[in-house]
Amino acid sequence: MAFTKNTSSVDESLRTELAKKGVLWTSLDFLYNWGRRSSIWPMQFGLACCAFEMIAAACARYDIARFGAELFRASPRQADLMIISGTVTKKMAPQVVRLYNQMPEPKYVLTMGACAISGGPFVDGYNVLRGIERYIPVDVHLPGCPPRPEALLHGLMELQKKIASQEILKAEWYKKGLKREFPIPELGPNGLIPKFNPEVWQPAKKNPRREHYGQTILVGKKLKAPDFELAVTAKPIAPRAAA
Amino acid sequence: MNISVEEVKKEIETHLPNVKLRLVRDSILIENPEDLPQVALFLKESPRFLLDYLSSVTGADYLTFLESVYHLYSMAQKRGPVTLRVRVTKNNAKVPSLVPVYRSAELQEREAYDTFGIIYEGHPDPRRLFMWEEFQGYPLRKDYAQEDTEVLEIADIAWLETRGIEVPVEMKEKAKTLHAAGQRAVAQKPEKPRP
Repeated sequence: MAFTKNTSSVDESLRTELAKKGVLWTSLDFLYNWGRRSSIWPMQFGLACCAFEMIAAACARYDIARFGAELFRASPRQADLMIISGTVTKKMAPQVVRLYNQMPEPKYVLTMGACAISGGPFVDGYNVLRGIERYIPVDVHLPGCPPRPEALLHGLMELQKKIASQEILKAEWYKKGLKREFPIPELGPNGLIPKFNPEVWQPAKKNPRREHYGQTILVGKKLKAPDFELAVTAKPIAPRAAA
Repeated sequence: MNISVEEVKKEIETHLPNVKLRLVRDSILIENPEDLPQVALFLKESPRFLLDYLSSVTGADYLTFLESVYHLYSMAQKRGPVTLRVRVTKNNAKVPSLVPVYRSAELQEREAYDTFGIIYEGHPDPRRLFMWEEFQGYPLRKDYAQEDTEVLEIADIAWLETRGIEVPVEMKEKAKTLHAAGQRAVAQKPEKPRP
C-alpha cells in the first residue's frame, strides 16, 4: 500500500499572509483542518497503567477538553483517534487491530508509553508484543513510562500540528478504493501469526539494542538453581547498642 | 506476627502421623504430594492455627524438579504466613488441587498450570489463564524456547501470502532455509549465565 505524504506545500507564514488577502483555497484548507483538529474524538479504551494517565488528562486538572478531545467514544465507529495506552499483549493484539479496522477514515493512532512503542521494560516477555506498529501504522509516538498527562497533551498537540499540515486534495481518505484495513493476526502455537506485517513494519537491518546490551533474551539459560536446603538461613540482626 | 514453623510441623506430625514432612529453610516440604489436601484441611480447621486464607499458589522450576508453593495466613488470628512446598518431577507433574479446601486456589492454580505446566488434579476448570488454549509449551520453565519475533517463519509467510501481502525475498529465503533444516526461529540465549 502506497502512502502519499500528505503535507501542505504552503508556507505557514505565507498562508496567514495570503489568508489576510482572502485567497480562498488556503483558507478552506485551513478551515477544514481547524474543524478536524479541534474535535479529535479519541476511542475509550485502555490497556494498562498508561490508561490512568489518559484518564487523568481527561479530568479537571489537565482537562483534555481544552483541545476539543474530551469526547471519549465507546465505539470505534465514532472515533478519530486511537490512543494505545499501555502494554499490548499478544493475546490482546488481534482485538486492537480489529478495532483499528473498524474506525472510519480519517483515523489516527497515538502510541502512549514505552510498552506500546516497543515493548518497553517487558520487551523480552513471552506474551508482550514488541510495539503495535508491527501491525498498524502509527502517527505519534509518545515515550515515557508512563508519560504524564502533560505529555499526552503535548502528543495531542503534535497530532494537531500534523492534521493542520494536511491538504484536502492530497487526503488519501477521499481517494477511490482506499481501504486502510490490516489483516488481523492470529494466535498461533508459539505466538502471533504473523510476527509482523512487512507492509507496515520491518525489522531494522542494524539492531542497536542487541549491539549495546548483547544477547536479547536473558532468561532460560540458568544452569544452576539455588539450593534452599544448603543455603544458610540469615542470622537475626543483633539489636543495636543504645546510643 | 509470625508463626514458628517447627511448631506447625510438630502439630501436623502429632495429628497426622502418616504424613512425612521436612523443613526447608523456613517452610514445610510435604514429601508426598498426595498428602497436601489433608495437611491443608488440617491447618485450616485446627483451632490452634486457623490458617483460613490461602494467599498465593506459585510454581517454580528448579531444573531437576518442579515445585508448587503455598502461602497460608490466618485472618482469624491475624498472623502468618506458613509456607508449604510440594515437589514433583517434570515428567509426572501432578499435584492434587487445593480448590476443595480453599476457593482462592482456583485462579492461581490455573496460572501455575499455564506457566509451569503443573497439573492440578481435581481442579474444576483446568484451562490456561493468560495464554490461549492453542499455545504450546510452558513459558516460565527454564527450558522454554522463546520465539524470535524479528524472523518470519514458513507459517507466517503462508499466512501473509494468502492475504495478498508482499513479503521481501530475503525474509522468504530465511524462512525456507529454517523450514528445510526443521528449525524454529528461536530467540538467542546468552552463552554464559548472568553473573
